[in-house]
Amino acid sequence: MHELAITVIGPDRTGIVADVAEALAGVGANLTDSTMTRLRGHFAMTLICTGPTAAEAEKALESLAGVTTAVRQVSPEASGGGDGEAWVVSVHGADRLGIVAAVTREVAGAGGNITDLSTRLVGSLYVLIAEADLPAGAGDELAQHLAVAASELGVEVTLRRAEPEIL
Amino acid sequence: MTFPELPEGRVLPVVTAPATVLSTVGDEVDPTDPAVLQLAADLVATMKVSAGCVGLAAPQVGVGVQVFCVNVVGHPKAATVHGTFALCNAKIIEASRWKAGREGCMSVPDLTGDVKRAGRIVVEAVLPGTGEAVTITTDAFEARALQHEIDHCAGNLFLDKVAGAHAIYQRKVYL
Repeated sequence: MHELAITVIGPDRTGIVADVAEALAGVGANLTDSTMTRLRGHFAMTLICTGPTAAEAEKALESLAGVTTAVRQVSPEASGGGDGEAWVVSVHGADRLGIVAAVTREVAGAGGNITDLSTRLVGSLYVLIAEADLPAGAGDELAQHLAVAASELGVEVTLRRAEPEIL
Repeated sequence: MTFPELPEGRVLPVVTAPATVLSTVGDEVDPTDPAVLQLAADLVATMKVSAGCVGLAAPQVGVGVQVFCVNVVGHPKAATVHGTFALCNAKIIEASRWKAGREGCMSVPDLTGDVKRAGRIVVEAVLPGTGEAVTITTDAFEARALQHEIDHCAGNLFLDKVAGAHAIYQRKVYL
């Protein structure tokens, strides 16, 4: 069974997700994990699927007009993830070069693995929200490092525990 | 509970992020200072002319102090409602029934976010003008509005408390 990582990027339009999913279903691809969003009006979809070869999937996606696609064979999931403590980092402030680089470097320096990230630029306001798994007990020191980095960048930063609601 | 009448207020321009005042801890005020009473009236006047606005804090009009007003009258998510009122130096002394909900902010007009807030709170504050100490117990949407405004007075935005990377949303229309 082939496992493929596929990205599809292009101008957003009605029906594009259906077109991608249909093209892949047509070659027997089973979508496992996928995510889709709009980034400043661009359609952006990343997914993992199993079934066809990379060549078959590429051919199926050729019929989609106006989008850029990339298909790559990957090895099955290496780790289950979920190690460490879940934290959320919020950053907001005036837009400037290097905010994401500086903040994520601090998280990496603390041994933290970013599991989800989104950034938005609205007007002159830049907002970054990252979820990260940190080694047990690493939160306090990272908070201090982030405060220094944020002060140098002239932005506000908050680091807090993510609180899963398990019912 | 009845709140004292405020003088005629002026409509002030609302400051938006990334203004520094929005991220600065507000100073406590002397509630009997006539300037504080006028500020409270101005906040109410500005809130009233802003469509969909249920609360406004002094940092949002560029003044870094602990004064805000709230009015959730008629809001579908409100339960306990105290009408239109302004508070100074407010502190949350009890918080329970935590629940996530979507909120927006006039100072972050293009985004909304999911934020966990207490569904029942007890707030201690003093009233502008008289300086009378009050304790307000409230719940549901009025509790959320109070927490949002008290956060403003402490230099925090809802962005500092959103639930996760996918808990902020681009806003299409300011309601």
